[in-house]
Amino acid sequence: MKNLTTYLWVGIFILILATLLNISLGSVSIPLDEIVKSIFHLEVSKESWQYIILEYRLPKAFTAILVGSGLALSGLLMQTLFRNPLAGPYVLGLSSGASLGVALVIMGSSLFGGIAAGLFLSKWTLVIASSLGSFLVLLAILGASFKIKDTMALLIIGLMFASLTSAVVSVLSYFSPSQQLQQYIFWSFGSLGNLSWTEVGILFLFWLSGIILSIFCIKNLNSLLLGEQYAKSLGTNLKQNRFLVIFATSLLAGSITAFAGPIAFIGLAVPHLVRQIIPSSNHLVLVPAVILAGAILMLICDSIAQIPGSELTLPINAITSIIGAPVVIWLLVRKKKLMF
Amino acid sequence: MVVSKKKEVDVLDMKNKEAKTILSTQHLSIGYEDKVVAQNIELNIKKGELLAVIGVNGSGKSTLLKTIIKELTPIAGNVFLEEVAIENISAKEISEKISIVLTETHFSKNLRVEELVSLGRQPYSNWLGILTSKDKVAVQNALNLIAVQDLAHKKCSDLSDGQLQKVMLARALAQNTPLIMLDEPTTHLDLYHKAFVLKMLKKLSKTTQKAIVFATHEIDLALQLCDKIILVNNGEVIQQTPENLIKEKHLENLFPSDLIQFDSISKSFKIKS
Repeated sequence: MKNLTTYLWVGIFILILATLLNISLGSVSIPLDEIVKSIFHLEVSKESWQYIILEYRLPKAFTAILVGSGLALSGLLMQTLFRNPLAGPYVLGLSSGASLGVALVIMGSSLFGGIAAGLFLSKWTLVIASSLGSFLVLLAILGASFKIKDTMALLIIGLMFASLTSAVVSVLSYFSPSQQLQQYIFWSFGSLGNLSWTEVGILFLFWLSGIILSIFCIKNLNSLLLGEQYAKSLGTNLKQNRFLVIFATSLLAGSITAFAGPIAFIGLAVPHLVRQIIPSSNHLVLVPAVILAGAILMLICDSIAQIPGSELTLPINAITSIIGAPVVIWLLVRKKKLMF
Repeated sequence: MVVSKKKEVDVLDMKNKEAKTILSTQHLSIGYEDKVVAQNIELNIKKGELLAVIGVNGSGKSTLLKTIIKELTPIAGNVFLEEVAIENISAKEISEKISIVLTETHFSKNLRVEELVSLGRQPYSNWLGILTSKDKVAVQNALNLIAVQDLAHKKCSDLSDGQLQKVMLARALAQNTPLIMLDEPTTHLDLYHKAFVLKMLKKLSKTTQKAIVFATHEIDLALQLCDKIILVNNGEVIQQTPENLIKEKHLENLFPSDLIQFDSISKSFKIKS
């Protein structure tokens, strides 16, 4: 246990370093001491620097922390619930639902005449469309979870939802003019930097509720490691637990997708990374570890996406996969076996 | 109805002379909506007893065990757990009375042995599942009883089938229930380890005074070791001592008689020549 507290402190230390690194990078180079001054509202030599730090880079770093930790935790929840190492935050079709919502708004407008074309450019429209999409998928999945006894069947239903919605998105794309298509593709790249402090606040509330729900699931998640029958024999209420876990995941992954777009790989890869580092399967240890590691990895990915020293920024969704995929491949080759 | 909670008795210290009934059934009929599997079952399982449930494939062994652990509802009659009808007992309370060991090994192999055995303490731990020092003692006791202390820090993926079986048994012991039920605990094991596991169950039932019930196809070994046999055959369930079961010739027509035959002198089945 003493060992584990050390891990925790090291994790927090790295998180702070990663946050500082993330804030210090960007298209405008700002000296480190000026950054620290800006954060603590001290006198800064250039007012624009303070503005960039406080209104742009800091909310972006916070978003990265919320997005990374939330997705990583959703991934862990799904891997344990479905007892499947390949499960991630989006296995239930949440991101597909969000994509469909956004695709309908962006591309459907041209197809169906559109209500007010100008409205569709608004960020909030996209957030609402994407939340609605996720929410409808969530309702369908929760409904199914009450009817279906077998958790694996639920997994397959989630996958079916995903292919169904992506097929509809394909049809929409096929008939869309290039301008709308590009707009949709830009959304699907994901973005951390578009959020104002108010939006970060809203995202934080969803994130917090997801985290609190997950904490209440910790004991049952541990019993689920033994399989559903054993869990039941230990007094676990399987249906209630399944509901809570799916609900927590939806809150986390749904709100993140709504604000930052679909972000790949973090949710799948981080729990596996953490299992390699931390010698424990206890969710009491894994949940905080995954939250920390997810936040750190996301900050690093975002820092790389800035391409330090240049004015270019790469799409964050591509970076997470470019980093995530080799990591998982490396793990598989080294360990030969991926366990949940 | 008050079920005493968290009454922890040191597993080694339970040498109660009086044989108390842990589980009994009255006029129990088991089966599914469209099919009755067996009727009028009268069982009486006492503490310190080792019982084997035997019967051919599809005879209803699992149906019986599932009904006892409240996974299936009886068609008629009742199951009593320490004299309380099981329909009045919550899943949480049952978890303090009955622990199980299954044949399937689809649990997370990432678990370390000690973690896995600790999960047996869940019925007693708080909402976060944090172990108290009492829980830790129970876990160590369970590991000691099965003699797997040296595996404590190994990952389950590094264990053999036989070791896994022992570890799962240790987990059930850590749950500290008066009744342990095992589903075919010897399935993947060679003959030596089959005998080893069954002898260990025998020893445990005596030292811990727990009632241990296991479903098995090892009829020969069960006849040699068990205090009682529960025979499930053709919609009938009989609970008897091995001697009486043989004397009353219940085993003669257990299997179709064209290939094997029960030999009451050697207490085993012989292939017909």
